[in-house]
Amino acid sequence: MTGLPTAPSEKRLGLVIDLDTCVGCHACAVNCKEWNTGGYHAPLTDERPYDTDPSGVWLNRIHTFEVGEGESGRLVHFPKSCLHCEDAPCVTVCPTGASYKRSEDGIVLVDEDMCIGCKLCSWACPYGAREYDQDAGVMKKCTLCIDRIYNENLDEIDRVPACVATCPASARHFGDLADPQSHVSRLVEARGGFDLMPEMETQPVNKYLPPRAKGGQAGGPGSDDKLMPAAGGFLAWLDRTLSD
Amino acid sequence: MHPAYSVIFFTTASGLGYGLLALLGLYAAAGLIPADRWFGITGMAVALGLITFGLLSSTFHLGHPERAWRAVTQWRSSWLSREGLVALATYVPAVLFAAGWVLFGRTTGWWGILGVLAAIGAALTVYCTGMIYASLRAIPRWHNRWVVPNYLALALATGGVSFDALTRVFGLERPESALVVSIVLAASWLLKVIYWRDIDAAAPVSTSGSATGLGNFGDVRLLDPPHTQDNYLQREMGYRIARKHAAKLRRIAVILTFALPLALSLLLLTLPSIPALVAASLSALSCMAGVVVERWLFFAEAKHVVTLYYGACEV
Repeated sequence: MTGLPTAPSEKRLGLVIDLDTCVGCHACAVNCKEWNTGGYHAPLTDERPYDTDPSGVWLNRIHTFEVGEGESGRLVHFPKSCLHCEDAPCVTVCPTGASYKRSEDGIVLVDEDMCIGCKLCSWACPYGAREYDQDAGVMKKCTLCIDRIYNENLDEIDRVPACVATCPASARHFGDLADPQSHVSRLVEARGGFDLMPEMETQPVNKYLPPRAKGGQAGGPGSDDKLMPAAGGFLAWLDRTLSD
Repeated sequence: MHPAYSVIFFTTASGLGYGLLALLGLYAAAGLIPADRWFGITGMAVALGLITFGLLSSTFHLGHPERAWRAVTQWRSSWLSREGLVALATYVPAVLFAAGWVLFGRTTGWWGILGVLAAIGAALTVYCTGMIYASLRAIPRWHNRWVVPNYLALALATGGVSFDALTRVFGLERPESALVVSIVLAASWLLKVIYWRDIDAAAPVSTSGSATGLGNFGDVRLLDPPHTQDNYLQREMGYRIARKHAAKLRRIAVILTFALPLALSLLLLTLPSIPALVAASLSALSCMAGVVVERWLFFAEAKHVVTLYYGACEV
């Protein structure tokens, strides 16, 4: 059924991604690929992987942006995967019922056995969360590692999405965003978590945390001047003497 | 958006087919054209042939064409599903109407009702086609109120010029037909120009700032894309066409789809039958060629907001 659940789900599982701490190492993308190429969506096909123009299906990609100019400018690494939207346009456009949103936890999934590979869901998604697998002829997307988070064969600590498990900077957090007391909801509250492209009216479940205000002390444009000695004392005398 | 040939052929061929089917249904049902068997066979074969060819060609780009039947199940939410369902349902009155015309030489009365139903089905199918595009908020140039009227008008225009040419082949032309076609062409020309003006003047819906949520920290520019090579998203959604080419192609589309057929249709009003047949055929060919260019542009000019993650600043 490609109708969205009529009532909001009791749980809204999703990710909170901290743009302040992400270091842009791509480990989350690599671990995502590694897990999912053997998991629910196996395989995540690569075409010409050892050639000069490789291409392949990735459910998580990291973009790097420059934001602002000069001293207020900064570099922001920006991981992006499915946002498991509440009003998911990829689900309602699906003509076959392959694309659906789970009523129990809000995860958006593709049933590969029903997908005809018309690609319309990838047109409907503003975020580029769905990719077409040329080899399998079906659409693939982030499953929030549904085969990890409910997997009783894993230790409880490992029952988180692969991207979250591997992040060395703890920039990715997994939890229930419908529960105001969950650690993800409290992070969103404390740090001013926001939606991507709210104007698309998709009501994403995943939230992003903004970079923190800059300290402005170390490095950056103009830092040479800041390293000049203070106006008084021995160093100031040395500076004057050496400058002559 | 990547202009896939299968989708361009589907929308233009089926648009023409449905336009022609609607006119055949309405004209014959109203008794305005005689139930001539050979005209019936040719007209319905062209209309249903193009519709069928279009529907089949739309399945060529599917990853799993053998599962295409599943696409009629989600009509409650999906315009693509609705289109498939209405398209299939339209075959019922259309084929029965064709049978009545060709086998029994009857197009009026109860048979005529089938013709009217086929015309309604044709209009609804084209409406659904337009809504598939108009419902996609992520592509602002398609999420536009002029998209559906344009799809309907162009189906009627291409169907109209073909209808006019076909009636002349069989010597069954109606005296007012060229005038009706001229009005349809002029109206669809106007609608297309309104659409182009609207999308050219529209303010950007999303920016790299809103896509990343970092707009209040300053100007957001892509420094490093996720991968060294283009991915599926860029190939499918990131198709770019140079502005100067777009302007030239718009002129070509206007001349072939509207201007030339309109001039020829007006000329038809004064021409004797043989030159009129030549002019009507030229008009139909020109309009069909033009609408292919128009449809290619409809895709190539449409920008998807996902490009904001791949270097675009505003969409």
